[in-house]
Amino acid sequence: MINFDYQRIATAKAAVDAKAKSASAQFIAGGTNLVDLMKRGVTAPEKLIDINGLPLKQITADAKGVMIGALALNSEVAENVVIKAKYPLLSLALNAGASAQLRNMATVGGNMMQRTRCSYFYDTTMPCNKREPHTGCAARQGQNRMHAVFGTSTECIAVHPSDMCVALAALDATVHLISAKGNWQMLFTDFHRLPGETPQFDTNLQKGELITGVHIPANTFNKFHYLKIRDRSSYAFALVSVAVALELSGNTIQKARLAMGGVAHKPWRLTAVEKFLAGKPATPETFTAAASMAMEGAAGFGHNNFKIKMGKAAVNEALQQAVQKI
Amino acid sequence: MPNQDQYNSRRDFLKKSTALAALTVVSPVLAKAAEHDEEIASMFEQFPLKLEVNGTAHSLSVEPRVTLLDLLREQLHLMGTKKGCDHGQCGACTVHVNGKRINSCLSLAVMNEGKKITTIEGLANGDKLHPMQEAFIKHDGFQCGYCTPGQIMSAVCCVKEGHANSADEVREYMSGNICRCGAYPNIIDAIMEVKKGGQSL
Repeated sequence: MINFDYQRIATAKAAVDAKAKSASAQFIAGGTNLVDLMKRGVTAPEKLIDINGLPLKQITADAKGVMIGALALNSEVAENVVIKAKYPLLSLALNAGASAQLRNMATVGGNMMQRTRCSYFYDTTMPCNKREPHTGCAARQGQNRMHAVFGTSTECIAVHPSDMCVALAALDATVHLISAKGNWQMLFTDFHRLPGETPQFDTNLQKGELITGVHIPANTFNKFHYLKIRDRSSYAFALVSVAVALELSGNTIQKARLAMGGVAHKPWRLTAVEKFLAGKPATPETFTAAASMAMEGAAGFGHNNFKIKMGKAAVNEALQQAVQKI
Repeated sequence: MPNQDQYNSRRDFLKKSTALAALTVVSPVLAKAAEHDEEIASMFEQFPLKLEVNGTAHSLSVEPRVTLLDLLREQLHLMGTKKGCDHGQCGACTVHVNGKRINSCLSLAVMNEGKKITTIEGLANGDKLHPMQEAFIKHDGFQCGYCTPGQIMSAVCCVKEGHANSADEVREYMSGNICRCGAYPNIIDAIMEVKKGGQSL
């Protein structure tokens, strides 16, 4: 690993100030992705700003929802009693990701900031527009089995690897940020971006901004499921995942939220499907129609064509599983 | 099991033979360059680091790029914690930090200031093995043994966290520890026995 300077920071303001002073400084929290990327030479910041001393670990709930600090560990959020009782979709998604050891290190903010696991992004001998802009995309013509089927561009077909973010996108979460200008918020679904012509940017976070937390609004959903399909039954990134939250009264779906993982450069919210499901009976016919609608417009690149069929089946299955849960 | 002397001599032999092999293929120019690199490395800022490992307080000095795994093995000579993949994918480097299991290969040592680390060397109570170590021996929870320290450290937490209520739950919560020999069924038996034994870990 190329050496770097290291600084511990105690306040959010000091953190954003320190970052502004250095062109390539990066914040480090859990480090599970960043340290790996540095070992592989994918990234080489001249300075790491350790933000673990910031008071951003709290999980606080009230009638309006729950505020989760950016430094709350993935394992702490997954096991939190309020999250398990009122936002079980988030707990399910978190526990579907990584391993017990990694969840004990990884933070909520870090999970949001993790980079794609595209093998060409990791392989510094290959072209990659995300790692090195204007070098080309090796994945389009290469081994693209893990890659995106929605929202791709000629520059990049990588997927965002997070499970947690898929649940947060479905749950209408808001990201809380701080910069030198002050505090502000953005919708979670606006946080990650599609690759377009600038795939080097995974998110809409601007230089000098720091995530302080994520807020999930209180909701009336009573049925949840997180379905993750992967190459082995645990500790692997999703081929396709589906987060479902439903408000079911009798057999009628009053309100639905759906998002997919493993299919796009960002958590892929299915708003058209949500609108379709509202007011419909929770029947196999409804779910089949919803599943077809979910994958409309999907396009594969050869090795990942199976994701279109798999995505349809996964949405159908996730809806059924959600409804069957007590 | 070889005794400590045999172990040391094997390690010394490996070191010496590696050094000899290096001398035969490395040109004097490259050797000189390597020396130069050492000098440059020594110029990097070292950070003071205080932490407690297996109950012993240490006051150390590290470059920020040193991982907790490398610190344990290379500075503190605690070789029980293994380097498998070095990328957080195999779990061989699992240690406890403030009681929580983590991958020490992805943790920068300097970020562990003031923390309490437990490695496989710190698990036994003198000559008395930890119940999880006993159970791994009883159930033959290993073949080559390379993943075993990580498996045992992870297994202790798996039970403590309350994630060992069924074989399926153990499989899920032990998925961060890979065993290429495939000793999984025996590992699960060992963990389930410790869980059922109800000992305080």
